[in-house]
Amino acid sequence: MMIQAEGVARDFQTPSGRRYRALREVAFEVPAGAFVAIVGPSGCGKSTLLNIVAGLLASTSGEVRVAGERLEGLNRRATYMFQQDALLPWKNVRDNVSLGLTLAGATRTDAHGRADEWLARVGLAPFASHYPAQLSGGMRKRVAMAQNWILDRDILLMDEPFSALDVHTRQQMETELLDLWAGRAGEAGRKTILFVTHDLEEAIALADEVIVLSAGPESRVVARHPVRLARPRDLLELRTAPEFVELYRELWAVLRDEVIRSRRG
Amino acid sequence: MADRRFVLAAQLLLAAALLALWQALVAAGLLDPFFVSRPSDIARRIAAWIAEGTLWRHLGVTIEESVLGLVVGAALGIAVGFALARSPFVGSVLDPYIKMLNAVPRVVLAPLFLLWFGLGIWSKVALAVTLVFFVMFFNTYQGVRDADPVVIDNVRMLGATERQLVRHVLIPSALTWIFSSLQTSLGFAMVGAVVGEYLGATHGLGYVIAQAEGTFDTTGVFAGMTVLAAVVVIASAGVSRLERWLLRWKN
Repeated sequence: MMIQAEGVARDFQTPSGRRYRALREVAFEVPAGAFVAIVGPSGCGKSTLLNIVAGLLASTSGEVRVAGERLEGLNRRATYMFQQDALLPWKNVRDNVSLGLTLAGATRTDAHGRADEWLARVGLAPFASHYPAQLSGGMRKRVAMAQNWILDRDILLMDEPFSALDVHTRQQMETELLDLWAGRAGEAGRKTILFVTHDLEEAIALADEVIVLSAGPESRVVARHPVRLARPRDLLELRTAPEFVELYRELWAVLRDEVIRSRRG
Repeated sequence: MADRRFVLAAQLLLAAALLALWQALVAAGLLDPFFVSRPSDIARRIAAWIAEGTLWRHLGVTIEESVLGLVVGAALGIAVGFALARSPFVGSVLDPYIKMLNAVPRVVLAPLFLLWFGLGIWSKVALAVTLVFFVMFFNTYQGVRDADPVVIDNVRMLGATERQLVRHVLIPSALTWIFSSLQTSLGFAMVGAVVGEYLGATHGLGYVIAQAEGTFDTTGVFAGMTVLAAVVVIASAGVSRLERWLLRWKN
């Protein structure tokens, strides 16, 4: 198992000083090389859970194990793709992509050489000297993708990375993500991806397994469902395939109740 | 490009029109040159100063004081701003004291500085520092605090140590604030230097203006002010260029 969460709970202090329990007894595991999606209504603590797995946030109780070892501090086996823009606006595209290598002490030439390889791979070679502000939303996501993948860590954590994009760019990015994931199945095997989204369609289309979180407060795992759709998947056709629709209906039955609960709460 | 040239032409035209109006009103006897002088006299006076070499001597001193004030004030402001932004506890403890110090009118400090640092340049530098420091301090403090938490998280996940975080995120983030306050700081540094000279000095433009005022020489006062204004305009044009280049990523 690459990621194991056991009894993970997280409390927050509300402005009025009361305790708000965002997560309660969350348990799940992600096998090495698997693509697992976490869905849940908005405000259910999905991002909180991902931040705990990243080590950016400490859990109040419970533990996360990464490759069998208890996670203390930042998760050094993972990179993280954020929902918001997380590129450094004062660095150009090439310096943004090579940042992780630079931080690890790579020489400038080496880091830039590898950054250029990645830029070619995500189709941004002509934009190496541009600054993020000069790029479109989809291009910035590609830069972020290259910035994450260049480090070649085992785990990729993704927090609604494409939710701010228009529907077509989004589908394009999802396809590119799956291609990268399948294409980089080198010596160490595929990367393990934990992908948070509020969009059940996206979750089913991309993942090997969908985990449904309940509405907050005290979110927990209410359903886990394997997705046995064949790969490679054609995301343009997949959504109308009978197996997809079947699976969607099944999971939506669970998620719908949570969405309704979250609206009431 | 053409647009900018158009603006510049209009600006020069406006200056020419105002100067012509001024000159005409004095010539027509509607304004008394004893009180307001006249542009032609002011221009002659400046030309005379240049010819005698007094202009460069005084201007040189004022610029030296301003630059020193700017550099020392900026260095202190940036260092303290950074330190306080990085340790919230010290920041909140010192917060009211900093506001209190900033509320002190600098003019009342000038006599004290004269007493402490003498008639030479250092009392003026000190005055400039008290003005520049707070602008730089507040902007650095704000700039560091304003650093995007998502960018910070991202850089930490990419493997940054605390020191690398400061270098790659916090300093650049603060620099955008610091640079945008450079114009203000530059003006403040000159104000500090000139006010200091005005209140007691042996050199500098402020001293020249004070001397002229002492003998009801309005032409001398206006000539001093004109030189000062010209220097500020040129310097801030330089700063804007630098700022545009350093913040080119902002688009």
